Amino acid sequence: MLHPVLKWIDDRTGLISAVDYFLEEEIPASAGWHQVFGSVAMFAFLLQVVTGILMAVNYAPTPGEAWESLRYIVTQVAGGSIIRGLHHWGASAMIIVVAVHMAQTFLWGAYKKPREATWIIGVVLLLLTLAFGLSGYLLTWDNRAYWATVVTTRITALAPGGSILLRVLGTDGNSIGRVTFARFYAAHVTLLPLIMGVLILCHVILVRRHGVTPAPGDEHRPKKKFFPEQVFKDTIAIFLWCVGLACMVAFVRVPLEHVADPTETNVSPRPEWYFLFLFQMLKLFQGGPLEFFGAIVLPGLAVAALVMMPFIDRGRLVRIRQRTGAITLTALAAIGWGALTATAVATTPRQIEDESLDEPQAWQLIPASQLAGIGAFRAGHCASCHVLGRSLAGPDLLKSVSVKSSDWLMDHFRKPAPDGPESDLPTAQLRALVQLVTKRDDNATEAWKTAPAGPVQGAILFQANRCSDCHTLNGEGGKLGPVLNGVRERHDRAWVLGHFSDPEKFTPGSNMPAFDNLSDPELATLTDYVLSIPK
Amino acid sequence: MLNEPHTRRSFYINAINLLASLIAAALAIPAAVYLLIRPKGAEDNGLSEVADLSQLTIGKPQEVIYTRKRLDGWHKVTEKASTWLVRTDEHSVTAFNPACTHLACPYHWDAPANHFICPCHGSVFSIDGKVLVGPASRPLDRYVAKLENGKILIGSEVEQG
Repeated sequence: MLHPVLKWIDDRTGLISAVDYFLEEEIPASAGWHQVFGSVAMFAFLLQVVTGILMAVNYAPTPGEAWESLRYIVTQVAGGSIIRGLHHWGASAMIIVVAVHMAQTFLWGAYKKPREATWIIGVVLLLLTLAFGLSGYLLTWDNRAYWATVVTTRITALAPGGSILLRVLGTDGNSIGRVTFARFYAAHVTLLPLIMGVLILCHVILVRRHGVTPAPGDEHRPKKKFFPEQVFKDTIAIFLWCVGLACMVAFVRVPLEHVADPTETNVSPRPEWYFLFLFQMLKLFQGGPLEFFGAIVLPGLAVAALVMMPFIDRGRLVRIRQRTGAITLTALAAIGWGALTATAVATTPRQIEDESLDEPQAWQLIPASQLAGIGAFRAGHCASCHVLGRSLAGPDLLKSVSVKSSDWLMDHFRKPAPDGPESDLPTAQLRALVQLVTKRDDNATEAWKTAPAGPVQGAILFQANRCSDCHTLNGEGGKLGPVLNGVRERHDRAWVLGHFSDPEKFTPGSNMPAFDNLSDPELATLTDYVLSIPK
Repeated sequence: MLNEPHTRRSFYINAINLLASLIAAALAIPAAVYLLIRPKGAEDNGLSEVADLSQLTIGKPQEVIYTRKRLDGWHKVTEKASTWLVRTDEHSVTAFNPACTHLACPYHWDAPANHFICPCHGSVFSIDGKVLVGPASRPLDRYVAKLENGKILIGSEVEQG
């Protein structure tokens, strides 16, 4: 009893009947919960399409700008971090469900005659899913993505015809630039979705053609309809998958490192978690021909074995409990995969809590001497005459950089007013104040108004203990010791804190003097300050 | 008992519809927020200095090209922009948005005829921005204009005239 409007549409297009044709499909009596994963995988793909389109409307697909626009999406656009979270974790969740779908098909022996073509297309769909992950990884253009992709293209070069493959990817294998980025983007948003869509359609048509795989004994039992019982089970599975995904989006922050830096030498590139097993396996095969075996031959054989599975195992369909070989093989694969992945995770250096999403504050960008000068300004009651932004008893210091000589300034700081008291600030801080008023830039001006007390105190200690005699920080200081910018990416807090009191203990042979004259709170303040300076 | 298969069937169908609606809503709401709500940081971009008041003659509109800073999506840009300035007396000035209120074509000052005219569809505006001839239906839009030490500063937001 179709509604007249629906009937009109159906008479002209056959749309409703086509849907009915799929819903009314007869499925074996044994069909049930174990066959829900295909529907979940298809839903996952559609969700990636939708969230991908939403990402694309605010995304600039060129190196550099890609990262900026992505940061804009997650920090400025309302709901942007949800959409990116759905796309990012959705990709991971899709890979999980595709793998589970394949494992189920394998365990139940559903690849057997006459379903060989369905299986082979399924294997190709798995590879396409991985290709989506690989190509999408570069598109964030953060440091991790950049370096991981450099390594990936290098591995590609090992394959037979690798040089041609590299040309297709638009790189010489040494660096990744605009052309390669464009190729990855084109693959990710045009080529792969197109092929994937067509193959999913073929896959579904073939499933319909051969029917859901029956279990032995099903021939004697009455068939069921796909709708509504199996659709109900599929929907429950999709819903649970969505709940899992929503939890990931809500509680796990999607990483976005700082923008790709080809000059960086202190990186340990890692692929996404689902490729970690390959990464770890490669470590077992190092050097020359072995590397070729591990990177190309072994994965190639694995894919070939998957494709050939229906032709290797040609036995009759049996109950799953009797498929001990398949169960053992799946378990071994899962254990192997799990062990390799766990080893890779265990050997990955702890990620530094990434703050690049938040723009560095002005005070994090100026030399310590100027920040210490800001401290001196605040401590020296300068504000009783100099109000920033206004001309009162003293001139407005924000108006222009001071052109007075340093001698004049030092005298002025020592005794600000002819009839007033002398300043009790140490000379080092007065010098810092000279640095501030004569050399300040926009950042220093901003920091003057906004710098929090903690870092200012840290900068005063930094200056008083003459750290900059040996260390450069924000472009100012000596070259005897290492540059302190980004030290938080090299060492954790305990290391830096301990290092002040006993450098030799942490860096044997260090010629840095021990700063055991500082009190514990002072050390903590200084440590926090040094750790807060971005790269 | 007779009804059991029927109730089970309608339970399945209701559950499918409910869960599908929940999923659709969970996706549609963030998507709508994402597409429709104005991004952060896209608000007022402050004042820009456009000209000296002394450059302007009372009763003679002048187009001024100036440089303004604007947040364009994820980019802070410094770009050229223009405005029609009309000095109304010794101490005040009006800054018009240089787009016709009909379909945003750039209009110009027709000195002999003493009015603004839009070349696209022939809208005509008086020197104070009022519509003299359609199709434009509302007066010229303005920028907030301020005088500071003889300099003219204008805002970044277009306001209805």
